Amino acid sequence: MENNNNKENEKLKKKFKTKMPEQQPDKRMRNFNEVALGYNEEEAILEASRCLQCKKPKCIEGCPVEIDIKSFIGLIAKKDFKGALSKIREKNSLPAICGRVCPQEDQCEKMCILGIKNEPVAIGRLERFAADFEDSKDCAESDSVSSVKKERISENKSKVAVVGSGPAGLTCASELAKRGYKVTIFEALHKAGGVLVYGIPEFRLPKKILQKEIDYVKNLGIEIKLNSLVGNTYELDDLFGEGYKAIFIATGAGLPYFMGIPGENLNGVYSANEFLTRNNLMKSYLFPAYDTPIKRVKKIAVVGGGNVAMDSARTAKRLGAEHVYLIYRRSEKEMPARIEEVHHAKEEGIEFLLLSNPVAIIGSCNLVEKIRCIKMELGQPDSSGRCSPVPIKDSEFDIDVEAVVMAIGQGPNPLLLNKIPELKLTKKGNIEADSNTCKTSVKGIFAGGDITTGAATVILAMGAGKKAAFSIDDYLSNDLW
Amino acid sequence: MSNKIIRKEKLAENIFSFTLDAPQIAKNSNPGQFVIIRINETGERIPLTIAEADKADGTIRIISMSIGKTTMFLSGLNIGDAIKDLLGPLGQKSRIDKFGSVVCIGGGVGIAPLLPITKALKEKGNDTVSIIGARDKDSLILEKEMSLASNEIHICTDDGSKGYKGFVSKRLSELITKKDGKDPCYKFDRAIAIGPPIMMKAVCDVTAKFNIKTIVSLNSVMIDGTGMCGTCRVEVGGQTKFACVDGPEFDGFLVNFDLLIARQNYYLKEEREAVEYFTKEHPDGKCRLH
Ligand SMILES: Cc1cc2nc3c(=O)[nH]c(=O)nc-3n(C[C@H](O)[C@H](O)[C@H](O)COP(=O)(O)OP(=O)(O)OC[C@H]3O[C@@H](n4cnc5c(N)ncnc54)[C@H](O)[C@@H]3O)c2cc1C
Ligand SMILES: Cc1cc2nc3c(=O)[nH]c(=O)nc-3n(C[C@H](O)[C@H](O)[C@H](O)COP(=O)(O)OP(=O)(O)OC[C@H]3O[C@@H](n4cnc5c(N)ncnc54)[C@H](O)[C@@H]3O)c2cc1C
Ligand code: SF4
Ligand code: SF4
Ligand code: FES
Repeated sequence: MENNNNKENEKLKKKFKTKMPEQQPDKRMRNFNEVALGYNEEEAILEASRCLQCKKPKCIEGCPVEIDIKSFIGLIAKKDFKGALSKIREKNSLPAICGRVCPQEDQCEKMCILGIKNEPVAIGRLERFAADFEDSKDCAESDSVSSVKKERISENKSKVAVVGSGPAGLTCASELAKRGYKVTIFEALHKAGGVLVYGIPEFRLPKKILQKEIDYVKNLGIEIKLNSLVGNTYELDDLFGEGYKAIFIATGAGLPYFMGIPGENLNGVYSANEFLTRNNLMKSYLFPAYDTPIKRVKKIAVVGGGNVAMDSARTAKRLGAEHVYLIYRRSEKEMPARIEEVHHAKEEGIEFLLLSNPVAIIGSCNLVEKIRCIKMELGQPDSSGRCSPVPIKDSEFDIDVEAVVMAIGQGPNPLLLNKIPELKLTKKGNIEADSNTCKTSVKGIFAGGDITTGAATVILAMGAGKKAAFSIDDYLSNDLW
Repeated sequence: MSNKIIRKEKLAENIFSFTLDAPQIAKNSNPGQFVIIRINETGERIPLTIAEADKADGTIRIISMSIGKTTMFLSGLNIGDAIKDLLGPLGQKSRIDKFGSVVCIGGGVGIAPLLPITKALKEKGNDTVSIIGARDKDSLILEKEMSLASNEIHICTDDGSKGYKGFVSKRLSELITKKDGKDPCYKFDRAIAIGPPIMMKAVCDVTAKFNIKTIVSLNSVMIDGTGMCGTCRVEVGGQTKFACVDGPEFDGFLVNFDLLIARQNYYLKEEREAVEYFTKEHPDGKCRLH
C-alpha cells in the first residue's frame, strides 16, 4: 500500500512543477509584500531533479539571452547553488529579476521537452532561487558571486553614454564595463531601474532585489547619473562634446496612451503610469509618511488586459478597494498578461469584465462617477492571428466607479527623439534600429529595448542591451559603421 | 551637480528665493523652463520655475511660495543645505521674438516665472509694459527686477496698500480702453500672463475682446515632468496636452481653465493632511535635514 502511495507521489512529482510557496490571497490582498515566496533548498533540488538533462536541450532556444539552462539546473540538483548562479550570470546580469518577471510560459518553459506531456521544468523559479540564494545566510559574503571586484577600467578604452537605466540600459552598460569601457548611464528619474522601479509593483518585484542588481552593476565601475534628462539637462551634442564616443538610447516606452473617449480628463482618471508611479516610485501607499498622495477608493475600474493592467488592478486592491473591475475587450484567452499574474489577480478577487470596452467616462463636478462600456464579440482573426473584437449594438451598460486606470499601452516618448531630426523613426514613432547591431541611422548612436520594439519584455530589452554592447565594442575597436 | 543652496533671500512673508549650484541646468536653461525638485527621501516631486539662470556662475534661482508641505519644508532650508533631487530644465522654452509691444502680467508668485521672460523680451527689442500684482504691498515680489526689465511698470494690490487698488486684469482693461483718462491708449501686440489660474482666465477675458494673442503658463500638478505619467494633462483647444512637455506655456484663449482648477484641487484633502503631519513632526515650523 505504502509503496503504491510512494509511486503515486513519484508520478505526480514528474508530472507537475514543484509548488511555489505563496502568501495566501486573503492576507496578501492587504499588504504590498511579495506574493511568491520562493523555493527553499529541498524544493529547488526536487524541482531541479525533474529536469531530464537533455542531450539537445530545447529550453535554451526559448531564452532570449541563451542561458545555459541545463547546466545551471544540473548544478542546483547537485546542491552547487553558487555554481548555478555563476552559470546564469555568464549570460544574464539580472537573474533575480528575470526569474520573477519573465513570461516563462512563452519562452524557456515553452520549449522544455517535459512540457509536451506534463508541466515543464519551473526554470524561472529555479533561476530566482539561485539568484536569491546569495542573500541567504549560507552564502558567506566573500563567496558571493555579486561581490565582484571593481573591474579595472582600461585607460585607453573609450567613454560610452547610455541613456535610460531600464533593463536594456543596465545590461548594455554592464557588458561594456566588463570589456573595460568607461560607461555613464544617464537617467531622468531620481531612481535607476526604468519600469522595474516605477512600474512593476513591490509585491511582484521587491525594490530591495532591484537595488541589489543595481549595486552589482555599479560595482562594475559604472557611473549612474540620476536626474539627468538627455535632450534637456544634456543635449546630445554635449555628450559627444564631453568625449563620449558612442551613445546607446534605451529610453523605453514611457508615453501613456489614452483612449480618446469623453470624460478621460476627469479627476479620478489615471494613466497606469501615473497610478503605478505614485505607488512604486513615490510610495504613496505609505502616505502621509511619504508625501505623494493617492486616493483610496472603494470602486475602481482598470482598462486593459496586459501585465500593466494586472499590476494596476492588484495595486488598487491593496489600497483598499472593495471592487476592482478589470475591463478587457477580448476574452481571457487573448490576454497578453503572464498567466501567473492573471491567476493571482483572480485569487485576489479582481472582477474580470471580459469582452467589454469603455465608450465614455461620466462624472459630475469634474469627478468620475461611472464608466460606460459596450459589450463586444470576437470577429474573424486579423492579420496578427488574433480575433478582433466588434462592438455589439445597443449593449451599453454603466458601472459605478470612483476612479479609472487606463492601462491600454504605452508608446515611445518623443522628447529626446524630436531633438535628433536625422534619427530615423518607424511609423509608430519608435527608433529604427538594426535588430542585430542596434545601429540607428545616425553614426555613433545605437538603440534598443522598448524604444525600438514598442512595449515588450524585460528579457528582450536585456537581450537588446547585450547585442548593443557587442556592436558598440566592435564599432569602437574598428571604427566601422 | 551639487544642488547646494548658495544664497537664500526672503522676498515676502512666505516667499523665498534660493540660488542653487546647478551648472548643467544653468547651461541649457531658457526662459519659460522649470525644474522638478524632491526635497528628501520621502518627498514628493514638485515643479518650480527657473527664475534666473547664470550660465557663467553655474547657478539657477528658484522662488517658492510656501503653501503646502514641500514648499514649507523648502523654506526651512538654509545656505549650505542641498536639494536632494533637482531635474531640469524642463518644458518648452518661451517664444522670444520681436513682437512689438508686449504686456507682461504677473500675479503673486507668478511674477517669478514672468521675470526671465520679460527680461528676454526686452533684450530682444520689444517694448515691455508690465502689470504686476499681489494681495498687499508686503506680498509683492520682484518689483525692482521687474521694473528693470520693463519699459513701464504698473503695480496693483488687492487692498490698495501699494499702487493701483484692484486686480491686474482690471488694470489691463483700463490701460487698453483708456478708462483712466490718460493718453495714449495702449496698443499691445502680445500678452503674457502668469499667476493663479483664475487671474490668467480673467486676463484672457480682457485680451480676447481686443484680440491680443495671450500666452499663459499652466501650473498643473506634475510628477515626473518628462511626459511619462500624464498627471499634468490639460485641455487646450479641445485636445489633451501634457503641460510638462507640450507646455507649460499655451495659447490662453484655448485653455480650459475650469478643468485646470478642478484638477489642481483633486488632492486638497490629502495636501492638508500632509501639512498637519508635517507640523506635528516639526512643531517649530522648521525642518531639520540632518
Ligand atoms: C507595469 C508594467 C509591468 C510589466 N510587467 C512585465 C513582466 O511581468 N515581465 C516582463 O518581461 N515585462 C514586463 N513589463 C515590460 C518591461 O518592463 C519593459 O519591456 C522593459 O522594462 C523595457 O526596458 P527598457 O530598458 O527598454 O526601458 P524602460 O524600463 O522603460 O526604461 C527606460 C528608462 O529610460 C529613462 N529615460 C527615458 N527618456 C530619457 C531621457 N531622455 N534621458 C534619460 N533617461 C530617460 C526612463 O526614465 C526609464 O527609467 C512590464 C511593464 C510595465 C509598465
Ligand atoms: C511649471 C510650473 C512652474 C511652477 N513654478 C512655481 C514657482 O516658480 N514658484 C512657486 O512658488 N510655485 C510654482 N509652481 C507651483 C508649485 O509647484 C506648487 O506650489 C507646489 O507643488 C506646491 O507643493 P506643496 O507640497 O508645498 O503644496 P501642496 O500642499 O502639495 O499643494 C498645494 C497646491 O499646489 C498645487 N500642487 C500640488 N502638488 C503639485 C505638483 N506636484 N505640481 C504642481 N502643483 C502642485 C496644488 O494645486 C495644490 O492645491 C509651479 C508649478 C508648475 C506646474
Ligand atoms: S532569463 Fe527568462 S527566458 Fe531566460 S531562462 Fe531565465 S526565465 Fe527563462
Ligand atoms: S528542455 Fe527541459 S528537461 Fe530538457 S534540459 Fe531543458 S529544462 Fe531540462
Ligand atoms: S508630469 Fe508626468 S507627464 Fe507631465
